[in-house]
Amino acid sequence: MANIIDDATIEYVGILAKLELSDREKEAAKKDMGRMLDYIDQLNELDTSGVEPMSHVLPRRNVFREDIVTNGDGSADALANAPEQKDDMYVVPKTFE
Amino acid sequence: MGILDYTAVELSEQIRTGKCTAIDAMEAVFERIGEKEEEYHCYITADRESALKKAAAVQRKIEAGELTGPLAGVPVAVKDNLCTKGVLTSCASRILSNFVPAYSATAVENLEKAGAVMVGKTNMDEFAMGSTTETSYYGVTRNPVNPEHVPGGSSGGSAAAVALGECFVALGSDTGGSVRQPASYCGVVGLKPTYGMVSRYGLVAYGSSLDQIGPLTKNVTDAAYLLEAIASYDEKDSTSEPSAERDFTSALTEDVKGMRIGIPKDYFGEGLDAEVKAAVLAGAEVLKKAGAMVEEFDLGMVEYAIPAYYTIATAEASSNLERFDGIKYGYRTEQFEGLHNMYKKTRSEGFGEEVKRRIMLGSFVLSSGYYDAYYLKALRTKALIKKAFDEAFEKYDLILGPVAPSTAPKLGESLSDPLKMYLGDIYTISVNLAGLPGISVPCGKDGNGLPVGLQLIGDCFEEKKLIRAAYTYEKASAKLKEATEIS
Repeated sequence: MANIIDDATIEYVGILAKLELSDREKEAAKKDMGRMLDYIDQLNELDTSGVEPMSHVLPRRNVFREDIVTNGDGSADALANAPEQKDDMYVVPKTFE
Repeated sequence: MGILDYTAVELSEQIRTGKCTAIDAMEAVFERIGEKEEEYHCYITADRESALKKAAAVQRKIEAGELTGPLAGVPVAVKDNLCTKGVLTSCASRILSNFVPAYSATAVENLEKAGAVMVGKTNMDEFAMGSTTETSYYGVTRNPVNPEHVPGGSSGGSAAAVALGECFVALGSDTGGSVRQPASYCGVVGLKPTYGMVSRYGLVAYGSSLDQIGPLTKNVTDAAYLLEAIASYDEKDSTSEPSAERDFTSALTEDVKGMRIGIPKDYFGEGLDAEVKAAVLAGAEVLKKAGAMVEEFDLGMVEYAIPAYYTIATAEASSNLERFDGIKYGYRTEQFEGLHNMYKKTRSEGFGEEVKRRIMLGSFVLSSGYYDAYYLKALRTKALIKKAFDEAFEKYDLILGPVAPSTAPKLGESLSDPLKMYLGDIYTISVNLAGLPGISVPCGKDGNGLPVGLQLIGDCFEEKKLIRAAYTYEKASAKLKEATEIS
């Protein structure tokens, strides 16, 4: 079945993705996403009942270590990449009035 | 024979025995860059002065006997999604156009320890999303064999740089074929290791459960040496495998007697170019003559790999790329009203079209109401794909097939139809989903002279079998070519 992506869905996904699309981009995104979902829907041909979702192919356990600092103070290096900094901190726009 | 004709291992031998120096090698590389770079554009960053300075430092260590390894003094190119301390790491994106990491990726550190000297950072598809190196914010890379064609991607700059002699070896990353496919298109060797073999620390994440760093080289020997240098257990990568065997160069032997190689019938059906098919099957014949047992079989699940991949990879990408928010590093938009508007404008201006397309799809498949139907369905499919490979490896040591359905397409042909471009990943993508190692080895050319690659796939942590078969193939086909030329 063909997936029709409406304006509301694109708006909603734009909020989740933190992207502001132009009208032209929105139209393209609707078309692209619909077409990709049609294609992905092929997976519904497969009977996956009783199959566990596999996030990692190899057995993985959480890896723990002692909380010991080994790399020293890298704050100056880290802050050097910030678009804006002040008093050893990142400057962010006001989040509420 | 000029210095650039040497393989990496030959070059280090020349340097070790005093026939040339690491500085000579780096100068030759930059001379070639001067001749070719304007047309082919393999690099985003390549600084002659700092590279020569590093080469001189390495040369002194070689002469002092402190560096004796097989990569000492060898100029290496590094894909621009691997963090390099003090050197711009842009991921070919506008959003990281000013990002200078405070640390280096573990694979890069391992190379430095081995005495390899970085030439620069190679061009790629933005955030490794693409199959042509055309989605780079910094312009396209051209195919070294025919500049009207793409080099493949996403590690297109690395593959082209190796083929053109703009470095001796290169690192790439492979999430769905991004080392193997450009290797195939450019006529070089590309190896994607088992997931967990090479530390991902310092590799800017695209699809974290699929990403692996791998070598692009002139031949299989160099690939084995480069992999041996970069592979390590690393506590900074929680998916790094502690107990894997990592002595790959011992597998460089001409011996495939009794090796069982399966050819999936499903890889040779509709959509595969006839010339590619013929070249790959001729390659299988070479291995058969060398003593391998080669037969066809049904692998299954092949058509479901691409839809599962583009669900999982985009979901992971949408999450991984959340960190680019204009606060901690990278580009920030000039004009904005408040925090959320700043996020949105920064990301919309900073990311290119293909990256936005994948973030949107990934956000959708993870969203409430669609998570089970799309994301979990894809993870269940992945389990079935893994099972199909497990069953195959009960019968076979290796799987043999094409790398890509065709040779390199022309520039500008792929991006207009994303789905069509995605379909080109059909033979490489399931290898990432199942965490397996795979290698692309040149196996001929099509009627237009464009290279064709043969892919060998091994079971998890069976890189040595892969290297042994690839090495045997390379040697046997070279002898065959020589014999044909004489007769």
